[in-house]
Parts: sequence; structure tokens; C-alpha cells
Amino acid sequence: MPETPPPATPPATPTSPAEVAARERILGRLRAARTAAGGEAAAHGGAAPAPVDTADTAFLAAKTWPPAERLARLRRCMEAVRAEFLEATAATWPAVVRDFLRSAGARNVMAGAGSPLAAPLVAACAGDGDPALLLYDRPVEQLKASLFSAVDAGITTCLGGIAETGGLVLCPSPEEPRLLSLVPPIHLVLLDPTRLWNTLWHAVRDLGWARCLPPNALVISGPSKTADIEQTLAYGVHGPKRLVVVLVAGGPDRAASPAEAP
Amino acid sequence: MTTLPANFRASSTAALADPQIRANFRRAMDGLMAKRAALFADPAEWRALRSLGTSIRRRTLANLPDLLERLEQRCRANGIAVHWAETTAEANAAVLSILRAHGATRVVKGKSMVSEEMHLNDFLEEHGVESLESDLGEYIVQLDHETPSHIIMPAIHKNGRQIARLFGEKIRGAQYTEDVDTLTGMARRILRRKFEEADAGLSGVNFAVAETGTLVLIENEGNGRMSTHVPPLHIALMGIEKVVERLEDVPPLLALLCRSATGQTITTYTNLISGPRGPHEKDGPREVHLVILDNGRSRIFLDPELRATLRCIRCGACMNHCPVYTRVGGHAYAAVYPGPIGKILTPQVEGVKARHELPHASSLCGACVEVCPVEIPITEILLRLRREASHREPGSTVLEAGEARDAWEDRIWALWRRVHASPRIYRLVSRLATRLRRLPPPRLGPLRAWTSVRTAPRPAPRSLHELARERGVPDA
Amino acid sequence: MAGIELLRREGLEVVFPQGQTCCGQPAFNSGYSEEARAVARTQLALFPEPWPVVVPSGSCAAMMRRHYPELFAGEPDLAAVEALAGRVHELTEFLAGVLGVKLVDRGQPVRVTWHASCHALRELGIREEPKALLGQLANVELVGLARERECCGFGGTFAVRFPEISAAMVADKAADVAATGASELLSADCGCLLNIAGKLEQAGSAVRPRHLAEFLWERTR
Repeated sequence: MPETPPPATPPATPTSPAEVAARERILGRLRAARTAAGGEAAAHGGAAPAPVDTADTAFLAAKTWPPAERLARLRRCMEAVRAEFLEATAATWPAVVRDFLRSAGARNVMAGAGSPLAAPLVAACAGDGDPALLLYDRPVEQLKASLFSAVDAGITTCLGGIAETGGLVLCPSPEEPRLLSLVPPIHLVLLDPTRLWNTLWHAVRDLGWARCLPPNALVISGPSKTADIEQTLAYGVHGPKRLVVVLVAGGPDRAASPAEAP
Repeated sequence: MTTLPANFRASSTAALADPQIRANFRRAMDGLMAKRAALFADPAEWRALRSLGTSIRRRTLANLPDLLERLEQRCRANGIAVHWAETTAEANAAVLSILRAHGATRVVKGKSMVSEEMHLNDFLEEHGVESLESDLGEYIVQLDHETPSHIIMPAIHKNGRQIARLFGEKIRGAQYTEDVDTLTGMARRILRRKFEEADAGLSGVNFAVAETGTLVLIENEGNGRMSTHVPPLHIALMGIEKVVERLEDVPPLLALLCRSATGQTITTYTNLISGPRGPHEKDGPREVHLVILDNGRSRIFLDPELRATLRCIRCGACMNHCPVYTRVGGHAYAAVYPGPIGKILTPQVEGVKARHELPHASSLCGACVEVCPVEIPITEILLRLRREASHREPGSTVLEAGEARDAWEDRIWALWRRVHASPRIYRLVSRLATRLRRLPPPRLGPLRAWTSVRTAPRPAPRSLHELARERGVPDA
Repeated sequence: MAGIELLRREGLEVVFPQGQTCCGQPAFNSGYSEEARAVARTQLALFPEPWPVVVPSGSCAAMMRRHYPELFAGEPDLAAVEALAGRVHELTEFLAGVLGVKLVDRGQPVRVTWHASCHALRELGIREEPKALLGQLANVELVGLARERECCGFGGTFAVRFPEISAAMVADKAADVAATGASELLSADCGCLLNIAGKLEQAGSAVRPRHLAEFLWERTR
């Protein structure tokens, strides 16, 4: 039985008296400026800050596309930065993934131990020459070396996509750890094409993240890239070289409650 | 690395004479300007987004102390330790003490301009800690023992061949190649091992959300996520002004930042960190620390006009559009932040006497003001700093205000005033200029510099005043 | 002078206060507000009537309209200064926007290019008026300047304080001008003209730099 790591506790390093003093000096100066000076500070009186004016954000809310167009838009944006797309159904995706991995020469693929993707993949990858299914079933300290050098692909689900700019919203969790979508050179993501938000702004509100963000959440819009060498684009710098989006009409089965796409 | 006293005049002149710098920057800036323009092609959208971004940042500054306290509270509740540092020395000490508490001697770094303010890498090296830059541009710059020349693209001053040569010389076992993919692959291999083995990861913060205690980091390469998720310890560094109030403030700011900085609508990764490894998570750092640095910002905050400097979201659009920056490049400024934002920030942080050249090194063309996504009135602030440098305004909180006054310049303007405040004297001087127009102009001072690249201005035979009088244009 | 003639031809009575000297911008830009104010006050006294004040140079017009009120903030004569600032018009803006002049081209075919001053463009928002005026001239071919919005490098005191950077900027501008194949370079800012003209001449260019007013007057008389 893999050992669960101890829960995170506030770090042992205490705040030193020097830091406390620095804090007081900094905040003291900031507060003194507010009471003394007029202008922007005075307008807000210092109590509860002014709420976001809905008139200000109306144009953000209005940035929408009909559901039918969202997928095309997302796909166009992401393919422009070399993300790859495969099409499948709830029934066919394990085979589609397996065939892709074989063509990519992947020896294996890793899924989260508690992920709904694990069981179907085990079944699909049972044949000779099929990639082996590995499970991320223990703390990273116990599999870091193989993760970095011997795992060819990682596969995860996602919460949905962002139509405006392209991008997939991921919420790493104990079932699907963070490094699955970062360390192996190929990252496969299953996306339900009906779970598309218009923009990141819509997604953030919809997911209620303001109230309940997990320790890590992220948006991935393509494989890793850089333009630092003479502004020439190069792919696969530190993150995955290949991002493969598997469109699964109807979505793979998910135990967690799905987010509502507007 | 020794720091020489800053001399913008000398360094900019040297840079102008370097055809490589001229060519590299011209090409790079033209490209960045075009990309940005393409993404803001709709003027209505630009106006709306910019107005919203500006009001979000204004709201932050209007509530800065409260937001910082709230950020600290939420971060602590999430399990992120918060440290405060008034000076860069304090920040360095805080970072070192955290690293020492963990026995950490090998650090990988994501991009952080605040860490450049701290000269953190040098400090850590002096204390026996290896601190390796992982962003490709920063890695290149570090390999060559240089500092970044642009806040978004640190190695923009180098062309492909220069980088190829650098890699060939400095990377053990590397074959010389100019192929970008191969060079990138080299960096990937080297850094991958470093990520795996590092004791700690350092990062900057694009925005810190007070509402949720979240650190927002954007990047294209993946080194940021590597640095913040793989090592068991993550230390994030931020300036006090990087806090925003709400999570929903972040998407519009990111939209402005990405398009202004790199001409993208979104970066490869948008990473939201709200705590260390969760109770049942299998990866992520065991400890996350946030170091909040002042380094002169609270002093800038004291002045309602200068406070706008702190709205900056570090997009780099100002320097991309600056005709001065394009020609002299980032290193000429000898400052952490070059370009227009550097010209207003650096004198305020280091002193208007120490950096008296910078506010004057601008033709006030206003190209930066036009593209700043948060409407910082850069040219107004430059004028204000020019005034403060030579004439301390009553109640001024500007560092070294009034200490850059020059007696010669006082005399010049006193004389200028004499001539121009008196219509009689002015008429006399202008008659002299027009009557003596055929004399060769004295090649003194400003005129010599002018005439080295242009013909000297030739006064007209008669002044406009005389012409007007002649043609019967009535006087007042 | 051409500017005055253009206005007079439209039937306006033009007054040229002989006592005028300078808007004060050089001192203001250098951080010497007292001196700038002293000189500005001299001008203030010369333009008391509630008539439009037309300024044939973008940077001077911007100084008077946008910066005078700042310069006099907290001063006893602020109200008078604000009144003056409200009456200031840059010449092309006045001709095209206020008067709506109609121009008939009497000149030979010519190719010209236009340089907008940064102050006119960004501080006064004058973008289309000069081109609209030129567009009325049937025999004038207006060729666009590459990197049109980039500063020519004058910046008043900037050209004196940082001559090498200014030189690099004007060199690029002059090269862009030459590349248009135009025979005349037009601008409505005296400082820019002084700067670019000096460079063009030193480079042996045949391009003739001229103030827009002079050009318009000559083409239409």
C-alpha cells in the first residue's frame, strides 16, 4: 500500500523579528501615504474596496461564441501552436490512444492511479507491442527517476477548454498528479468537446474558483515552446514536446462532478 | 560580477556604434511591435481591455496595504509561508535562511526580475548555493555572465550565431551548430537533469491574488512549472505592487500582458499555485514560501502622481516601441529594468542624482504611453523626475530630489529666460542672428554635435516678426 | 508667413503680436518650471482677446494647450492660462478641422511624403487633418513613410543632451524619407523640420524639406 505523505503544515521556518519589523515599516509607510495623500487612495476610503463595476466587465462577459463554433475556434488556436487532435468516442478512445502511442513509438504511458482513465487503458493496452500502462500510484520521491527518463507519455483528463484563445483547464489532484502533464515528453489529454467555456474569465467564474482553488490549477494551450533564440520558435523546451488532445464526444466516465459549461 | 557606476551617455554611445546590437534590436523590436499590433487590431477592444486593466491596477494601489495583508492571511491559511523584506539585502537573507533550513545547495530558477534586483544569483553563489537559470533566455545570459537586456526576452541582444558560438564554447561536449532545435535540445537535456536533482526552485510571480492566496505564473517553456513543482521547496519572489484583489481580475490582466509582451493571446502555461502539496497529493513542493520585496516601492507609493509607476505589469511593450531602446539596447541602461519603465523606476529606486541621466534620455515622443496597457503616464513622470532632479519640490519624497542641480544649466536657463521674457531683447538677438547669418556658425558645444551629422541651421534673412510687420499683419 | 496668408485668404483677420518669443517648452522639458513660467507669462499677456490662437508647430501647440495648465497649477493666473490653452489650435487642425478649407491645386505633379510630429500625433491627436489637406490637391501624390510614427530624434533639448542617439534616429528617418522616392518632405513641426532637413542636406539628398503651410500656399495661389 503506497504511503500517503503527511499533510502539508505551515512551514517550520518562523518569521524572524527582522521580517516582522520590515513588514511593519512597509505597511506603515503604505498606510501613511493613504491617509495623507488624496487622489486614488481617498476615493476608496480604506474600508471595503469598491466592487468590480459590472459595466467595466460587460464586454468580457459579452465575448461569446455559439457552442457549435467553440470547438472549431479552440482547435484552430491550439493547432496553430502545434497541439495535435485525435477524435474518438467514449467507446473508442482507449484504442485511439493506444494506436497513437504505438505510432509515436512510445513504450509506455502513465496515468494517475485513481484516474478514470486507468482501467480502460489497461484493457486496451493488453496486446503484444502495445505500450505498457504505468500508474502514478506513489509519492514522486519514489518514482522521480523513472518519471524523468523512462516514461514516454502521460495521460490526463481536463475540466474543459477555453474557446477564445485555445487552452485546456487542468486541476491536478491526488488522482492525476501535477507532473503527469509536465515531465513525460508526450502529454495526452481527453477533452469533452461540449465542455468549452468562452473565455478564461468565464471559466474562472463558472468553476467558482474564487471560493475553492486547489493547490494547483492550470491552463495548457499547447506543447512547450520558446522564441528566445533570435525569435525563432522551437518546440519541446522543458515541458512536453507534444500535446495531444483526444476529443471524446460524450466524455470519458468521470467520478467527480462535472463543471457546467454555459 | 562588478558593477561599474552607471554612465548612460557612454554606454549608449558605445551601443550605437555596434552594428550587431543595432541589427539585433531593430529586427526584434519590429517583430514584437507587429505581433502586438496584430492582436490589438480592434481599437474598441484595446480601449475596453486597457481601461479595465487600468482600473484593476488602480484599485490594487488604492487598497495596497489591505490587499497585502489579505494576501498574507490567505497564503498562510493555504500553507504558504510569507516573508517580508524592505531591502534586497533582507530579501537575499530571507531566501538564504530558507534554503539553509532545508540544507538546499542546488537551486533552479524560473524567470524573476525581482531576483535581478536582488542580484540573487551572485549572492547565492557567494554563499555556496548553485543557482541555475532555467528560462532559455536567462540560461543563455547566465552562461555568458551577462544580465538580461529585456524584461521578457533576456537574450534578445544576441543573434543565433552568437548563441551557437556560446553553446559550443561553454557546454561540455557540445558540437557547434546553428540549428535552433538542436540548441534548444541541448538546453533541455542539461536543465532536465537539474530540475530532477534540484533541492529548491525559485520563481517570480506575475500576479498574487489576495482573495484566494494564489500565485499566478505564466510561461511558454515549462521551466516555471518544473521549478515550482518538482523540487521539494519552492520560493516565490514578488514586488509589493504585484498583488491584485480578485481572481477574476486576473484574466483581463493576462490578456493584456500576453498580447503586449510576446504577441500571444495566451502563453503555453498559466499556472495557479495556491499552496504546497495537498494532503493526498503525490507531487508538488512540500513547502512554498513567498518573499514580498519593497526595495523603494513604498516610497514611490507615497506620491500620488508617481504612484502610477507601480501599476506596471511588466509587459515590456514600452521598450519594444521606444526609439531610444531600439537603438541602444537594454544593457546601456545598466539597470534591472531598461527602456521607458526603467527610466522612471530606476531613478526613483536608486536616486535621481545617481541616475540623473535617465529621465533626460528621452525625446518624449510618447510611443510608450500609447501602448502601455495600464496607462502609466510615462512622459509626464519623466518630466516630473527632470524637475525633481534639479529642483526639489516642497514635501517631495523623491530620493535625492534636488541633488542633481547643475550650476551651468542654471545659468543657461536664466539667460534663456532673460532673452525670451523680454520682447525687446528677443528682437535684438533675432536681428543679430538674421543679419549675421552668413557668418559660419561657431562649432561649439551643442552645435558641434549637431553639425557632425547634419548641416547647421541657417537663419532666415528676416525673422517672421519682421515679415509680418512688412506684410501689414497687425500687431496686438 | 505662408500660414498667415492661408488664414487671411479664408477671410480671417490675422493678428501677429510682435512681442511673442517662445512658448517656454525648452525650459519646461528641462525641469526649469520657474523660467518656463516667466516666459509663458510674457506670451499670456500678448493673447488676451478671446480669439483662436493658431500655432504653426505641433510641439508648441501641444505645450500651450496641454502643458500650460499643468505648469500653472496652483498659480494665481491659472484661470487665464486655462482660458488661453482652450483657444490654442495647431495650424493644420485649424485649417482642416475648424475652417474646412477647400484647396485647388495649381501646381505641377509632385510626389511628397509626410512626417507627423510626435507631439501633434500623440498629444494633440492630429492624425488625418494634414493628409486630408494634401488629399485635396489633385496633382500631389502622397507616399507613406515607413515607420511613420517613429520619432525623428529631435525632442528639443534631447538632440542637444544625447546627440548620438538623436543622430541615429534622424539618420534612420532620413533614410526612410529617401526611400519613398518623394521629392519633398512635408511636416507641420518646425523642430522636426530643422532636424530632418539638416540631416537630409548633410547626406546630399535632393529631397526638399518644407513646412506644410508653405507648400499649401504655394500650390494653391
